Amino acid sequence: MTTTVTEPPGTTEELHEVLRGGVRTKRPSALSASLTHGWRAMLKIKHVPEQLLDVTLFPIMMTVMFTYIFGGALDGSVGAYLQFFIPGILVQTVVMITMYTGSGLNTDIQKGIFDRFRSLPAWRPSALVGSLLGDVVRYFGASTIIVLVGLVMGYRPEGGLLGVLIGFVLLLVFSFSLSWIWTTLGLLLRSEKSVTGVSMLVLFPLTFVSNIFVRPETMPEVLQAIVAVNPITLVVDAVRGAMGGTLTAGQVGWVLIASALLVAIFAPLSMRLYRTRK
Amino acid sequence: MYAIETKGLTKVFGQHRAVDGVDLAIPAGGVYSVLGPNGAGKTTTIRMLATLLPVDGGQATVLGHDVARESGKVRERISLTGQYASLDEDLTGVENLVLIARLLGHSRSSAQRRATQLLGAFGLSEAGGRQVKTYSGGMRRRIDIATSIVNTPDLLFLDEPTTGLDPRSRNQVWDIVRALVSAGTTVLLTTQYLEEADQLADRIAVIDKGKVIAEGTPTELKTSVGSGVLQVRLRDPERRGAAAQLLGAALGAHVQLDTDPAALSVQVEDNDVVPRALAELTYSGISIADFALGQPSLDEVFLSLTGNASQPAA
Repeated sequence: MTTTVTEPPGTTEELHEVLRGGVRTKRPSALSASLTHGWRAMLKIKHVPEQLLDVTLFPIMMTVMFTYIFGGALDGSVGAYLQFFIPGILVQTVVMITMYTGSGLNTDIQKGIFDRFRSLPAWRPSALVGSLLGDVVRYFGASTIIVLVGLVMGYRPEGGLLGVLIGFVLLLVFSFSLSWIWTTLGLLLRSEKSVTGVSMLVLFPLTFVSNIFVRPETMPEVLQAIVAVNPITLVVDAVRGAMGGTLTAGQVGWVLIASALLVAIFAPLSMRLYRTRK
Repeated sequence: MYAIETKGLTKVFGQHRAVDGVDLAIPAGGVYSVLGPNGAGKTTTIRMLATLLPVDGGQATVLGHDVARESGKVRERISLTGQYASLDEDLTGVENLVLIARLLGHSRSSAQRRATQLLGAFGLSEAGGRQVKTYSGGMRRRIDIATSIVNTPDLLFLDEPTTGLDPRSRNQVWDIVRALVSAGTTVLLTTQYLEEADQLADRIAVIDKGKVIAEGTPTELKTSVGSGVLQVRLRDPERRGAAAQLLGAALGAHVQLDTDPAALSVQVEDNDVVPRALAELTYSGISIADFALGQPSLDEVFLSLTGNASQPAA
């Protein structure tokens, strides 16, 4: 059936012109598609800067608060505790921030834009990988802030700038890998609230039953055994090693193994959910 | 060749058979409309065809490619405009278009050029720099469709494109659909509105409870439910029973009693007998508040096709 209707002059001609111009392009490489999604994450920060509160004020609050609460009691003085604590609170804060990955993804999916992404010919994991890359930028921002706050409070990393940067890299690699858990949850759970709830349930014991705040020697033996195998402990050891100038190959190895395991389990799981989600 | 062909297409969510053995043969070119109420399985069908949902049973080919085995090939040639704006509302119109263009493989400069071009053609040049969340419903729909044709697709899925739009925006969307079709794109459009299907579609499939219950051209479908519907409201609801008997006899058709206690409607085969039937009501002293003779609405086509609502009144 053909129907003609009156319309504003020019519109149809312009439409036809633009339709003729829509020639098919060669699909982008996996890297380019992922980076484009990362660019989207950066744009979102530009347009909604208040979402940076969790990587700016939150780290400052955590660092200042815990240093003064625990410092005197645990190490006799705030100054002594800082040397031990800054790498720990760095890991704690960044690991806590990773949980926003899941809730952010969940919101995205409910808005429908993921349908658009999934119907494009681009490499399918790029939407997930890209937003994780965007998150890595946020983690880096938070890490920098914490170390700066630490420096102001009197923290002096013996590993120097290079050591601090190596510590950052190890932490970011681990956080990127850990984020795949939240990606899985974000795709699996129905609402943003439940994602946040479950994430907290996992993160609190994971970060507190570790060597972030205290040396495990004073803990009951059972707890010490748990702390020893907690991946967070491994990361804290490596970051302390890097920033304190005593990093060993073994410490680096453990972080990479833990990261690789997380990705190997949760990335395929996420992709499966991403493909089949209702 | 068919643009879309499905055989026994099925999707089950738990116990619920959302799509229950759908057979479709959609010719290439033109607009094909899938008509049905909320929850009929329209969106689920589209999502399977657009490779967003795995198929649970039966098979489907889109532009000659199996949706399960060759989903990548399907995605290269289709585009989807979902029921809810598939855009990033925090981003501007330009940024949304550039984002999709880049994901389709355009270079930075070509993506920017294409975005400007599309915004112009869709009358959104001025709004391009604003965040999409500030757009009106009609503008949102247009940018949504513009995003779907960054690369002109061979097949475009439009899921209820005009639901919730004002008449002007609706007409704009219709114009866009017509332009797309004349450029050679096949459009599969779902809608709840018979008028929309009537305006745009070459063929229509009516879906209910996951099954195709009728298929044909708009004219064929309307003829199958009678040429029109007579709706009558009485001044006195008490007389509705009598009125139903009279109209039923005069028009030789089933009379449906509406939820409004003073209203009834009859499917009419032949419009010419309507004036006489109305006159008979007046002769019998049944006073008419108002009446209308119109095309069958989707409700009526629907009720008539499912055959579970019209009750014999005489």
